[in-house]
Amino acid sequence: MHSFFDPASPQARAVAGLWWWMFGVGMVIWFGVFAVAMYAARQPHGQRGPDDLEHVSPERHRRMERVVAGAVFATILILCAFLVYDFSIGSVLAMHPKRALTIDVVGHQWWWEITYEDPNPSKRVGTANEIHVPVGELVQFKLRAADVIHSIWAPNLGGKKDLIPGYVSTLWFKADTAGVYRGQCTEFCGMQHAQMAFYIVAEPPVKFAGWLAAGSIPNPPPTDSLLLHGRDVFMQRGCASCHSIGGTDARATVGPDLTHFKGRAAIAAGSLSNTRANLTRWIQNPSALKPGVRMPALELSPGEMNALVSYLETLK
Amino acid sequence: MSNLPVAQLLVEADVAREAAALDATWRDKSGVWGWLCAVEQKTIARRYIITTFLMFLAGGMEAALMRLQLARPENALIGPDRYNQLFTVHGTTMMFLFAVPMMQAMGLYLVPLMVGARSIAFPRLNAFGYWNYVVGVVFLYVSLFINMGPDTGWTAYVPLSGPAYSPGHRVDVWAQVVTFTEISALCGAVNLIVTVFKMRAPGMSLNRIPVFVWAQLVVAFMIVFAMPAVATGSTLMLALDRAVNTHWFNPAEGGDALLWQHIFWFFGHPEVYIIFLPAIGMITPIVETFCRRAVFGYTAMVMANITTAFFAFGLWVHHMFATPIPELGQSLFTAASMVIAVPTGIQIFCWIATLWGGRPRLTVPMLFVLGFLFTFINGGITGVMLASVAFDKEAHDTFFVVAHLHYVLIGGGLMPLFGAFYFWFPKLTGRLLNTALGKLHFWLFVIGTNVTFFPMHILGLNGMPRRIYTYAETTGWGTLNMLATVGALTIALSVLVFLINAVRSWFSGEHAGDNPWDAAGLEWATTSPPPSYNFVHTPVVRSRHPLWETTVEQPVVTGLRSDRREILLTTTFDAQPDSRHVGPDGSIWPLYVALCMGLLFIGSIFSPYSVLAGIGISLIGLFFWGWQSTQDVEVERVALPDGRMVDRL
Repeated sequence: MHSFFDPASPQARAVAGLWWWMFGVGMVIWFGVFAVAMYAARQPHGQRGPDDLEHVSPERHRRMERVVAGAVFATILILCAFLVYDFSIGSVLAMHPKRALTIDVVGHQWWWEITYEDPNPSKRVGTANEIHVPVGELVQFKLRAADVIHSIWAPNLGGKKDLIPGYVSTLWFKADTAGVYRGQCTEFCGMQHAQMAFYIVAEPPVKFAGWLAAGSIPNPPPTDSLLLHGRDVFMQRGCASCHSIGGTDARATVGPDLTHFKGRAAIAAGSLSNTRANLTRWIQNPSALKPGVRMPALELSPGEMNALVSYLETLK
Repeated sequence: MSNLPVAQLLVEADVAREAAALDATWRDKSGVWGWLCAVEQKTIARRYIITTFLMFLAGGMEAALMRLQLARPENALIGPDRYNQLFTVHGTTMMFLFAVPMMQAMGLYLVPLMVGARSIAFPRLNAFGYWNYVVGVVFLYVSLFINMGPDTGWTAYVPLSGPAYSPGHRVDVWAQVVTFTEISALCGAVNLIVTVFKMRAPGMSLNRIPVFVWAQLVVAFMIVFAMPAVATGSTLMLALDRAVNTHWFNPAEGGDALLWQHIFWFFGHPEVYIIFLPAIGMITPIVETFCRRAVFGYTAMVMANITTAFFAFGLWVHHMFATPIPELGQSLFTAASMVIAVPTGIQIFCWIATLWGGRPRLTVPMLFVLGFLFTFINGGITGVMLASVAFDKEAHDTFFVVAHLHYVLIGGGLMPLFGAFYFWFPKLTGRLLNTALGKLHFWLFVIGTNVTFFPMHILGLNGMPRRIYTYAETTGWGTLNMLATVGALTIALSVLVFLINAVRSWFSGEHAGDNPWDAAGLEWATTSPPPSYNFVHTPVVRSRHPLWETTVEQPVVTGLRSDRREILLTTTFDAQPDSRHVGPDGSIWPLYVALCMGLLFIGSIFSPYSVLAGIGISLIGLFFWGWQSTQDVEVERVALPDGRMVDRL
């Protein structure tokens, strides 16, 4: 499911086509040239003179010169064909769409901040590590980095772009097959570069529109006493100094937005599936699961932990 | 007629007396002090080769540890902190402390012999370059063992390697280790350029220089142009950012994070050819010797070398296709990256043509040449693929690139180097390497290399990025990674076979004699191993293959003094005798200055003021260095074989 060989966008399909062409030509050249070399190494052709050196007749030498010149010419032709094919694809990929759904992606050590901008600030949707996109529509990522260089790549959807501090880069594609596509940071970004994954969820436009509309509406405040306790733990024991939850006073942007936390399939940037047990382990000691992670371990009593996790589980 | 044997004996006695006098003049002093003061060209080059080979073993062990960690998903053998140091030190070691210095060390040993010179142009500078390199080696490995090994990759991209995201001294270690390599590479390059241009045997005009010497010359010029770029980037800008809070690379203060990549790759791409060109320069004499004919298309090969060197400086942006730089500019670098395949193709076709016209003997060095062709052509083809912006945006920074660069560097660097070891080992040691063990080494190495790196192409396209210490089982990368680890262990085994072979053969191998392969180059005209003065009489050259000349008499130059280190200098183009030069004797000051420079650069990590102190104590050493090498120089007339008298100095 997570492969360049299984393209799910016209862009990735075009590059895959280029790849298979290059692969075929490359294999022919690789084995062809080597086979010729082996044949040459095996076959006695020349004549050894009285000085025990090989002597090649002038005609033979001239013939060989023509063959080598021909081989060089063929190399140049193949490279030209290659260049034309590459440029024809490259110019298509390089065009920036005029109208596309724009999604802000910010790379952090070691998670992805996702924002769906809207002229109306209350319609703005913030999430993390899981990017929902509509199938069949152009999508453009506006890419920035908060700390060091990161790079985003979902093999099935094609293209890769660096997120560089001080620069804004863009990446666009159109998913044409619904599905969940995994990707992870490809530019070394420090200790936990290996665990900085994300998912792109390509879904039918109607479903996507529903998801986006729901995204800007916060969950109603809890009424249950356990959940209220959990929310208090969140607000008072440090969580709120990094995370935000829509509809509450927690507005910090250091860590991922947790407004609809339970709606995401994974936690810790794709490292763990989003289950209650994993969440508990994670909050207890993040560094045990992801050494070097910026999130500190909080000293919570079992009761506080239970309440906190129960509260987070309601953020659907 | 009857007095001929007597004359013969008299000549031989003369030669023996001359040889003894030369040896007394040129030999380094014995004892520990003499060892430290050594400047003899081959002594220094031999130390270089051995030290760089130890670095190869160290880099290989780091690679093996990484492969063990990646063999299984979610493996707990090595944590991220250690792993990141391991891959950084592996890359840094292999690129800066093994490949470049090793290729140069082979040149420092062989080039003076191949051009018929008594020594290298600047023996003390050569010794200084070596000691300087050793300081860098010790510094990096001590740092690694005290958990201060650099951990941001051998490319050290900012801002990750900047002061904000890499506090502590790990990246400082990297920046200064690079400095040591730069300095020693520049010392070697300057030495090789002057040796090739001014110290060739009379008659070895530019169009008669062996292809290997051409390759070393071209690469020496590449080093002169490439190394200052990385010196500016790492030693100056990155170190200043880290030590005194300049903001070259800090976007928050108006610096530019992308600037580093331009500077680094302006050096980094030529670096690949700095490794690759000498290696393929080694192939030509091997092919010539075992096909017993001159290489096909000498001029084309030399021109291909020079063209490659020029284009190598115009490709660096293909390492940056995923950055937000304009697409039109990128396509220029695509075209340039493809063009560079042409000169390499020309060389490959010329070797095949040489094989075709010859009757090749498949000795171990020749096997490695075939191994080179098989492995390198694959790396070259994936290189052309990666020149495509569209494809590179998929494969960039994945295991596909890891596979590509190892195919290129192992295929294009290590395979020829191993071939060269088998070929020139007899010259260095006087003994032949064992053939049976050599073949075992070859097969294990070729199979191991392909089993390790071929699966990585597929892993990369299946989404596996570079430089990750772990991966989830659900990614499905486990099987191919296990296969790659098995391959890596096969490579380790093959290197062990080579080590056993080398050590055994050094002490008890078959005696080689002067010219065991009946090769054509001047290096085979002297004894194995060569004496301290290289040649009793400087040879005179009349063709590209001096030892394949059919005439019995080899003309030589006489009249150079044997009671001091006198060297014949020749003109740059035609190698006409020009003047004489007196080389310096052994000295402790190169070592002293190297240690002072070590203090300077290592100290600069902890306090900027150590730069001033280091410069001060280095200057004292330089003063004595210069003082000692000023010798009595007198104008004298010398007779040359063509009857001309030369009296310039």
